[in-house]
Amino acid sequence: MPELALDIRNLHAVIEEKEVLKGIDLQVPKGEIHVIMGPNGSGKTTLAHTLMGHPRYVVTQGEACLFGENLLSLKVHERARRGLFLAYQYPVEVPGVTLSHFLWNAYQAGRSGADGNGKKNPKEILAFRKRLNASLESLKMPADFAMRHLNVGASGGEKKRVEIAQMQMLAPRMVIMDEIDSGLDIDSTKVVAEGIRSLKGPEFTALIITHYPRILEYLQPDRVHVMAAGKVLCSRGMELARELEQKGYDWILKEFNVV
Amino acid sequence: MNAKATSALDLDQSKYNFIDPESAVYRSARGLTRETVIDISRQKKEPDWMTDIRLRAYEVFLGKPMPRWGGDLSEMDFDAYTYYIKPSDKREDRWEDVPENIRKTFDRLGIPEAERKFLAGVGAQYESEMVYHSIHEDLAKKGVIFLDTDSGLREFPALFREHFASLVPPEDNKFAALNTACWSGGSFIYVPKGVKLDIPLQAYFRINSENMGQFERTIIIADEGAQLHYIEGCTAPQYSTKSLHTGVIEIFVKRGAKVRYTTIQNWAHNIYNLVTQRAIAYEGATMEWVDGNMGSRLTMKYPSIYLVGEHARGTILSIAFATNDQHQDAGAKIIHKAPNTSSTITSKSISKGAGRTSYRGLLKVAKGATGVKASVKCDALMLDPQSRSDTYPTMEIDEDKVAIAHEATVGKISDEQIFYLMSRGLSESDATAMIVQGFIEPFAKELPMEYAIELNRLIQLEMEGAVG
Repeated sequence: MPELALDIRNLHAVIEEKEVLKGIDLQVPKGEIHVIMGPNGSGKTTLAHTLMGHPRYVVTQGEACLFGENLLSLKVHERARRGLFLAYQYPVEVPGVTLSHFLWNAYQAGRSGADGNGKKNPKEILAFRKRLNASLESLKMPADFAMRHLNVGASGGEKKRVEIAQMQMLAPRMVIMDEIDSGLDIDSTKVVAEGIRSLKGPEFTALIITHYPRILEYLQPDRVHVMAAGKVLCSRGMELARELEQKGYDWILKEFNVV
Repeated sequence: MNAKATSALDLDQSKYNFIDPESAVYRSARGLTRETVIDISRQKKEPDWMTDIRLRAYEVFLGKPMPRWGGDLSEMDFDAYTYYIKPSDKREDRWEDVPENIRKTFDRLGIPEAERKFLAGVGAQYESEMVYHSIHEDLAKKGVIFLDTDSGLREFPALFREHFASLVPPEDNKFAALNTACWSGGSFIYVPKGVKLDIPLQAYFRINSENMGQFERTIIIADEGAQLHYIEGCTAPQYSTKSLHTGVIEIFVKRGAKVRYTTIQNWAHNIYNLVTQRAIAYEGATMEWVDGNMGSRLTMKYPSIYLVGEHARGTILSIAFATNDQHQDAGAKIIHKAPNTSSTITSKSISKGAGRTSYRGLLKVAKGATGVKASVKCDALMLDPQSRSDTYPTMEIDEDKVAIAHEATVGKISDEQIFYLMSRGLSESDATAMIVQGFIEPFAKELPMEYAIELNRLIQLEMEGAVG
């Protein structure tokens, strides 16, 4: 058995007493790239936020483990420090806080370990800034972006690229990307996909939520899962994504008796 | 958000909350009488005109009722205070000569260590008197005056008399009258025509005794084309009874001159902080108040600028931070009396626990002041449901040809922002501190680097360990 980066079993979650996740089963082995597709309202974003620990989503049943450790008992920042990263569909704006300042602090927090008592090393800050500038440049971002306030006044495409830059800098072990390619033009999609591809390797595991196979052609995922009505219906290879692109979801919903 | 996360977002007082054994060389009798006022003036060997104005101010003080607006002053007992405490027989200009116990106090507060690093001059006031004043030699040679206010009266009587109480007369308000009656210490600054100070002057005010009233009087005169930046810091230890700080600051910005006055007030939570700050800006002059209010039981403070010459500019940038037992009633006043003057007011307030912040502002444009541009922006951030924030903006616009912008926001700290920052590995308290720091960034970025770092450090430190 390969080591599982993410192991979700029979996960149920409610938002304001409405059940949105109705028994998710999903395993992502370490080093693989998996995809979740599915019609709007099927619970994909809820799954991503629940795994990250958003307080609005309450888990009522089931398990979720990150590299064998129970995720559900951890606070949000502890999950992040264990190597979990969520790239948001709509990243929030934080006025007055520069990307550079924020990311340096997040980086330090991650290095200091889950108990927050680890040693900080401020001398590294210059090297860190250099890496951040290189990351932004590779994402074709303006050079001053590191000193701009986090996501404030940024376009949709810029926000998505900033998410990728954060991912590159924090070097997480398990990444969940929620529609990172939505609203991007062809060139931007390529830039973002290259940014993700640069991280591919045996220590990098990803779960990508998307509606579009285009980004998947760059990333060559190992598995494609289809979600509907709060459940994972089926898991197959890349050919499933192409099939869904051509035929839509109706046929597969019928196949699994989901109305 | 988690209430625990903000439970220690009180700015750190522990660094300042120590008490020295008292060793004053003179204390006036408790309470304020006509005799006390005469006594203060005699102790200082003042000319008769000053004794007279003190007594006139004392009568005005008695005659004016307590303000019934702003904060709650009902517990204030004027008979409980000591109005004059002389900590030392003389004011020194060599740090080694300051009495050891007082020197130690300021050493603990990092003064005058800062002077060696980045200041053009430093003053330190302990209780009622300035105990130390020094200025870089080259500035003194250029004719820059940086003295304690008592020495200013002795050494430059004509310049002093021309300006003293001309901008804030005792009749202005009850507390200005009180200050005028028993003022002591403060800074007296004159920068000659065309002289530009590129590094700041600083004064530091410390109250040590219980039930003490501190009444410093500061006069700043920037002659034509001069430039200066003056920074003031204040602390006091925490007692169970309330002390009183009532300063008056008068600033004269002559034609084409520029003055920035930065104050970070971090008084203990038992201090009534009732201050009158006023500036007058002549033709083409620029006045900037950068005003941080972070301590005290109650602060009532509304820095004001009279723009009396064409093309004069005024900026007031302030933050107020109120926690459980505090009320920050702070604001800004700008009066446009000449054409083509411009002004900006930016006010940021943060309230936490049962803390209360109020913005009280006045923007006035006189008839005939055409071409005025003015903007007022007030933002309030509340950290939990018990917090309170009010806005009392007043606009009196008596001229049509003006451009006025006004914007006010009141917000709670956003759960989505907290979640976003936490999902990158920041603890809830660090995430909260970062959002608060971001909120006050427009203020912090105007501070000298050392102060901005200290301000952020205070917020950060207080958040650490707040979440289990």
